[in-house]
Amino acid sequence: MKKIFGKSRLWLNKPQPYCPGCGHGLVHRIVCELLEEMGLADNCVFMAPVGCSILAYSFLDLDVCQPAHGRTPAAATGVKRARPDTFVVCYQGDGDLAAIGTAEIIHAANRGENFTTIFVNNAVYGMTGGQMAPTTLLGQKTETSPEGRSLSAGMGHPIRVCELLQSLGGVAYLARTSVHTPGNVIKAKKAMKKAFEIQMAGKGFSLVEVLSPCPVNWKLLPQEALAYIENNMIPYYPLGEFKTP
Amino acid sequence: MAERVLMKGNEVIGEAAIRAGLTCYFGYPITPQNELTAYMAKHMLAKGRTFIQAESEIAAINMVYGASSAGARAMTSSSSPGISLKQEGISYLVGAQLPAVIVNIVRGGPGLGNISVSQSDYFQSVKGGGHGDYRMVVYAPSNLQEAADLTVKAFDTADAYRNPVLVLGDAILGQMMEPVVFKDIAHRTFDKSWTLGGKRNGRPANLVNSLSLEEGVIENWNWEFRLKYESMKKNELMFETLYCDDADLIIVAFGTTARICKAVVARARAQGLKVGLVRPITVWPFPYKALNDIGRKTGEFLVVEMNLGQMIEDVRLALPDACRIHFHGRPGGGVPEERDIFEIIDHVLVKNKKGAITTRGTFINWEIS
Ligand SMILES: Cc1ncc(C[n+]2csc(CCOP(=O)(O)OP(=O)(O)O)c2C)c(N)n1
Ligand code: SF4
Repeated sequence: MKKIFGKSRLWLNKPQPYCPGCGHGLVHRIVCELLEEMGLADNCVFMAPVGCSILAYSFLDLDVCQPAHGRTPAAATGVKRARPDTFVVCYQGDGDLAAIGTAEIIHAANRGENFTTIFVNNAVYGMTGGQMAPTTLLGQKTETSPEGRSLSAGMGHPIRVCELLQSLGGVAYLARTSVHTPGNVIKAKKAMKKAFEIQMAGKGFSLVEVLSPCPVNWKLLPQEALAYIENNMIPYYPLGEFKTP
Repeated sequence: MAERVLMKGNEVIGEAAIRAGLTCYFGYPITPQNELTAYMAKHMLAKGRTFIQAESEIAAINMVYGASSAGARAMTSSSSPGISLKQEGISYLVGAQLPAVIVNIVRGGPGLGNISVSQSDYFQSVKGGGHGDYRMVVYAPSNLQEAADLTVKAFDTADAYRNPVLVLGDAILGQMMEPVVFKDIAHRTFDKSWTLGGKRNGRPANLVNSLSLEEGVIENWNWEFRLKYESMKKNELMFETLYCDDADLIIVAFGTTARICKAVVARARAQGLKVGLVRPITVWPFPYKALNDIGRKTGEFLVVEMNLGQMIEDVRLALPDACRIHFHGRPGGGVPEERDIFEIIDHVLVKNKKGAITTRGTFINWEIS
């Protein structure tokens, strides 16, 4: 029988750290497929985050750099400046990118560093057990917002990263996507492909945000988590392109 | 022959790094090391190498992390408060076995302190300022020629062990001008097959990482790292001794302070007082054994530092219990004066410890309490 679909060869047959229904796997899959399809795997340096995908190095057949929590954009700057001939993909969660690493992402974007950031927005700190993230929605219950994120309790507003970065001169491409339906997975892949092409053309900083389910910490069934993205996240985090070259 | 040039300390370190093959420099403004960052902005960019004024010292050290991962000779420089911010990054550099050079032009602390001369970052430098169980070679030059030579050497040491190396200066060293000679450098080559750049030409994927959640792995790594630390102790230790053979009192000092103490030793010798000097050039590794040997022949020691007494703890550890250790310290901005140091020598060797010394910062028979 003719094989018409298989998983990317960059994804090794190793134990996976993710919970059932987690979005990280889908996002990895898109990244791996694109790197393979675009012939980029052999000069790719994958910059891992500190978060649930921290163990990416153990199952991705790519050169991997594992920097400190939130510092991925600074470390990626170092890699890309030292080796401009490499293709650099940063992978960051919302705690990593929009809390502890806010300064690093803003300034890397503003300098127009020529790498691509895949920003996985699951509205919680997954790895540490479901605490409030900068992207946690108002009213959303987490370990550290047990009554729901509340403005009156001084917890602040959910940060819209694409909108925040939009005004920066060094940014070449910004898009927000989701992986909660097959159609959206295809769109996410298209956006990432565009971002990768922009890096290949040396046009500057590119970022693709992905709304991604974390059923375990949302305390929802996988199916319910997909509906949560559609009904709760997308109204606050509209999908689409925010900046194109 | 290499020519003598008159330069400022911060610029000497910058030029030495460039000559050592530095390709990526990342800085952030802070006095008293600003001339170093400015020098790099001018000369690294002119040579087509990487210079970035980062958004913070945290970003700068993490840029170093990335650049070193990709095989570059990478450096960052700062002064005390900025070096505190780099500690997380230094710990990661050790954990991921990345070579890098960090320069600290120390200023007064704690807190924002001042922009004046100090040696108050000794503990932070040699006892592991960041988290985890690690060591790194720390060079403490005491004049600009040494600053140039040790900066060049720092890059090779970092590459040889795949470990960060610290160059520990101070505001005087950074700010003063002196003639230096940039000697010809014998460029060594190091194995860089572990670096990141894509798994081209069929090589297996490389990983730069300091994490493992598997049982026993980190413990094993630390035992392996220990072998490197032991090798550094054996092979990288540097110190200078002056008139230690017949001395009745030996001064122990490093960096700029040692330079002042050398003048005191000369004055004492001119007066027939048998004073010697031990100057650690690496403050890690520390010359414990050499001091212990010297302490078997000499009973009186004087430690001079620009802090409340930090290296003195290592001196106490090194010396036989019977040795008496005196201390003179200037924490946070003051420079030890020859006359204050000489007063202690006079008290111990001439007046035979009679009469009290009331000079602030002087402690006769200092004890760990
Ligand atoms: C300096 C530092 N602070 C805190 C942590 C603990 N920590 C590990 S992962 C993480 C949050 C990760 O959340 P996110 O970036 O949203 O990624 P996710 O796990 O949801 O994919 C935190 C706080 C750390 N490793 N280092
Ligand atoms: S905690 Fe959430 S983000 Fe982490 S693996 Fe589980 S589902 Fe995925």
